[in-house]
Amino acid sequence: MGREEKRDLALTLILFAVLMLGVSLAERYLNTYLIRILNTACIYVVAAVAYNLINGITGQFSLGPNGFMAIGGYTVAILMLPLVQKEQVYFLQPLIWPFNSFSFPSHLFLLALFLGGVAAALAALLIGIPTLRLRGDYLAIATFGFGEIINVLANNFIPLTNGALGIKGIPEYTNLWWTVNWAFWSVFMIKGLVNSSFGRALKAIRENEVAAEAMGVNLFRHKLLSFVLSGFFAGVAGGLFVTLISTVSPSLFTFTMTFNLLIIIVLGGLGSITGSVVTAFIFAFLQEILREVEAPITIGAWTFPGIPGMRMVVFSVLLVVMMIFYRRGLFGDKEISWQLIIDRIKGRNESEK
Amino acid sequence: MKVKNKEPLLSLENLTVAFGGLVAVSDFSLQLFSGDLVGLIGPNGAGKTTVFNLITGQYRPTKGRVIFQGKDITGFSPDLVTTVGIARTFQNIRLFGNLTVLENVLVSFHVRLQSSFLAPMFSLPSYWREEKAIRREAYDLLEAVGLADVTKEEAQSLPYGEQRRLEIARALATHPSLLLLDEPAAGMNPQETRELMEFIKKMRDDFNLTIFLIEHDMKVVMGICERIAVMDFGMKIAEGTPEEIRNNPRVIEAYLGVED
Repeated sequence: MGREEKRDLALTLILFAVLMLGVSLAERYLNTYLIRILNTACIYVVAAVAYNLINGITGQFSLGPNGFMAIGGYTVAILMLPLVQKEQVYFLQPLIWPFNSFSFPSHLFLLALFLGGVAAALAALLIGIPTLRLRGDYLAIATFGFGEIINVLANNFIPLTNGALGIKGIPEYTNLWWTVNWAFWSVFMIKGLVNSSFGRALKAIRENEVAAEAMGVNLFRHKLLSFVLSGFFAGVAGGLFVTLISTVSPSLFTFTMTFNLLIIIVLGGLGSITGSVVTAFIFAFLQEILREVEAPITIGAWTFPGIPGMRMVVFSVLLVVMMIFYRRGLFGDKEISWQLIIDRIKGRNESEK
Repeated sequence: MKVKNKEPLLSLENLTVAFGGLVAVSDFSLQLFSGDLVGLIGPNGAGKTTVFNLITGQYRPTKGRVIFQGKDITGFSPDLVTTVGIARTFQNIRLFGNLTVLENVLVSFHVRLQSSFLAPMFSLPSYWREEKAIRREAYDLLEAVGLADVTKEEAQSLPYGEQRRLEIARALATHPSLLLLDEPAAGMNPQETRELMEFIKKMRDDFNLTIFLIEHDMKVVMGICERIAVMDFGMKIAEGTPEEIRNNPRVIEAYLGVED
């Protein structure tokens, strides 16, 4: 490890310590509403960074993160739901064996999240093997279809998912400690990968497949690696999400979720991991602030009824405006690095002198 | 003349490829020996690049074999062909435009990386040691090709001539024993072309390479190639020293047409 890498690692660990301090303060002093938004933002970070790995870094257009999040979400929900609750929830048809015979205690939550990620990663492997061998937009079509299939399964495979009613009463294990840690470590790991030789190979595939292959990069293996890792973290994000809101139903992970994530990664810059982190936070807060536009508005004597879904219209307009003025998103494919921050600070000091 | 009784490095045996009804290359045979600098010339559309694509696995031959270092590599995928020691450049430059010059070269080292993908994810020191080693080697290589002072530039921002040189550097970074150059001098003026040809010759000697290059301008290859193969309509119509090629009536016919 060179001197710069050591410095970066040290700064990253300091950032982690600061974040942990921040979490303990936030848990104590912030109201539940703000904490809820922060939790959502962190979950978006995990999902968006994973999504950017396949879409932005590797340049393979996937439309399936909602499917992977659903798999992770349902896995964690079924594993963590207490046995008593399982009997109550599955009153239409009982839950199938073996899930009706056990339930994870709270200290196995991390394992459940991990298994949720693994389940999603396996699904990614299954779709990836046939589609990633092909060149072109097959992945987009296949993953879009996959998301829909998962949704249909969630609605109709009642002995496992409890159908459209969904699963309620999942213990709310997710708190800021969990979400901030997952957000931090996912970014740490994915950024580590992106900055490595593997990341360069993935970007080379994005830039020019023919040349990448001619330089010895095995296209299929690397696309699959990126896709499966992306699936894993999406699954974890889904698991965190359902244990945050304590319920899961098919309507939670529809294509709207993919669309949200797409907005985040495009606004942040396709190929910029840190850009996705920033826009995930902006998005989570905007989503709350823009609730106003969906509420009934009274101007003088007229009262306009609230229109549900107006928020998405605002986001879509925002996206159009961004595409006109910042076609490559806020950060393009550049990363915010420690080096950049240090240069900025130094630059300012020098200009002040 | 080289002694030709040793094993050829690359041997193309009756390569044929047809796309639907169109036979792009037909019964093409050629042998390259270690240290050779061989040119492949022919009019536009003669099938020169197709021969390269058959060697590097972009296309699979309908008939015939590609033997490299005594091993049958017919039908190998392009990345496998690279690992056995054949590297190439492209007629229309194919750099990784948004990556830096250094990163472009580093991509070629990836295939020999020992670490698993988990090592950089967890920031393991073993990975960083490897990264440091390949970075040093990449710098040395860029130094050797005279691109050391633009390592941090984006590849797409380089002037044309330097992009060509970067493509060659990137190919060299895969540690090839055979280098295929597809019209390296395309789009260059005579002065630049001469410099490039000197550069190619120097690379062959410095890196112990065998070079097989395509050129459609006959004058260019005459200067540096020791042996030339000529293609027309997918077939090899002549092979020999520049002197022999220059006086070969079939070659003159292919290039200038027939007098009625």
